[in-house]
Amino acid sequence: MAVASADSRVREAAPAKPKRLVNAWHLVGLLAIFLFAVFPFYWMVATSLKTQAEALASPPIWVFSPNLDNYYSVLFNRDVLSSLINSIIIAVSTTVLAVGLGTPAAYALARFEFKSKEDLWFWFITNRMLSPIVVALPIFIMARTLNLIDTHIVLVLVYLTFNLPIVVWICTDQFRGVPRDLDEAARLAGASRFTIFWRIALPLAMPGVAVSAIFSFIFSWNELLYALVLTRNVARTAPVAATSFMSGYDLPWGEIMATGTLIVLPVIVFALIVSKHLVQGLTMGAVK
Amino acid sequence: MLYDPSLWGALGRTFLFLVTVIPIQIALGLIIALLLHKPGLSGFRLLARLSLVIPLATAPAVVGLIGRLIFNRDFGVANAVLALVGGGPIEWLGDTTNAFIAVALMDIWQWTPFCALVLLAGLTMVPTEVEEAARLETKSRWQIVRYVQMPFLLPSITVILILRTADILKMFDTVFTMTRGGPGAATELVSVYIQRVGFRVFDQGVASAQAILLLILTIVLARLYVKYVYREI
Repeated sequence: MAVASADSRVREAAPAKPKRLVNAWHLVGLLAIFLFAVFPFYWMVATSLKTQAEALASPPIWVFSPNLDNYYSVLFNRDVLSSLINSIIIAVSTTVLAVGLGTPAAYALARFEFKSKEDLWFWFITNRMLSPIVVALPIFIMARTLNLIDTHIVLVLVYLTFNLPIVVWICTDQFRGVPRDLDEAARLAGASRFTIFWRIALPLAMPGVAVSAIFSFIFSWNELLYALVLTRNVARTAPVAATSFMSGYDLPWGEIMATGTLIVLPVIVFALIVSKHLVQGLTMGAVK
Repeated sequence: MLYDPSLWGALGRTFLFLVTVIPIQIALGLIIALLLHKPGLSGFRLLARLSLVIPLATAPAVVGLIGRLIFNRDFGVANAVLALVGGGPIEWLGDTTNAFIAVALMDIWQWTPFCALVLLAGLTMVPTEVEEAARLETKSRWQIVRYVQMPFLLPSITVILILRTADILKMFDTVFTMTRGGPGAATELVSVYIQRVGFRVFDQGVASAQAILLLILTIVLARLYVKYVYREI
């Protein structure tokens, strides 16, 4: 502390100009980061508010009067509304199942020692690394055999296999943070294992559970490959709808970007909620 | 399958993509992390940090669509910016090399924030006393990064290298919506290639064999992750 204050005294004594210069560069750098991160997103939203003629103008138009026609048209003429509803059904069901099945598994991994625990752990990591395309063919063939193509349930099941590891990873970490003494005390009071899990450990691990639920939702909401392969019309999700405009020569850019904005906006809200835990989720808890 | 030049082409392209994109992402990510770590201007720092969430939250499929809009030859904003500095309009997505660069740029946009946030987490692990002591010793920003902060950044860099490699092996959505692997096969990374063989050419046997190859690569990566990143359990 003494060192720090001595340092600041030296800086105060020095002429003010260099410090202000350093601050100016810092500010320029931070604004550059902001522009870099926001610009493509801004461009998408701006294009979604333009008419087709404005969207295709060359050079691009920067000032225009925004209108919501594209949103009206994609929601009610292009059937994007039903694909958004499909996406919500699929993402919510997956999330509920992943949390419901994943939290007991995480609790077991955090509390008990059992045979082949390490192998199980390793399997969960492989799942994060696995390219979805590796298992796409077998899953497609199974879904076709079971007559599940173009149903919600097949996407829910597939996304569940990818989301369970995320939930298990984040929640195991959380359960480890819950003191074992609480378990012991409850046991002495006569509580069963399940009661301990349900009434004591789970409420205390809620922050981790919430974060993993949001990650699970975002993954299912954004996924394209399986949705493309396994759905046709009935269970078509929003990302597939967005890419379906891409055929033909004269692309409706305003409508494509309106659909894109509808897909991205809710995720940004969720991601901002968990922004502190974003890295933890993306690295499966390796970096906090 | 092993003698199929188009598979090796796809793997080679994926490797080229890896070695192009990851160093840029780590370098840019480090600059961003250092700017976010530097004391002062806390309001702007918070704003910049929160804005990094946007690329990460954008669905990869939508990233590809945005890329297709931005890099359009006639009305894309990339060529408009080039025109400001006197550059002629570039045929981005119709040219093999430029399409590869355009896809790489979109990947850099989406994933540099991830690298920045992971590196920032590493930077915050450096004890403040150590960092302040080093500031008194030297004026050189680079020496502080190299000798004081780097040891704390190495685990973060390991995480980035392994996870980014896995993600690029997986990469499908962005490429599919932006170029469908084209023009020709110029941007056909390995996942896009296997998807084409399996679902558009419908040669399921070959596609499965290729998928197994990818699986082996994945297991190697996962082993490395456990070995170097996780030491617990």
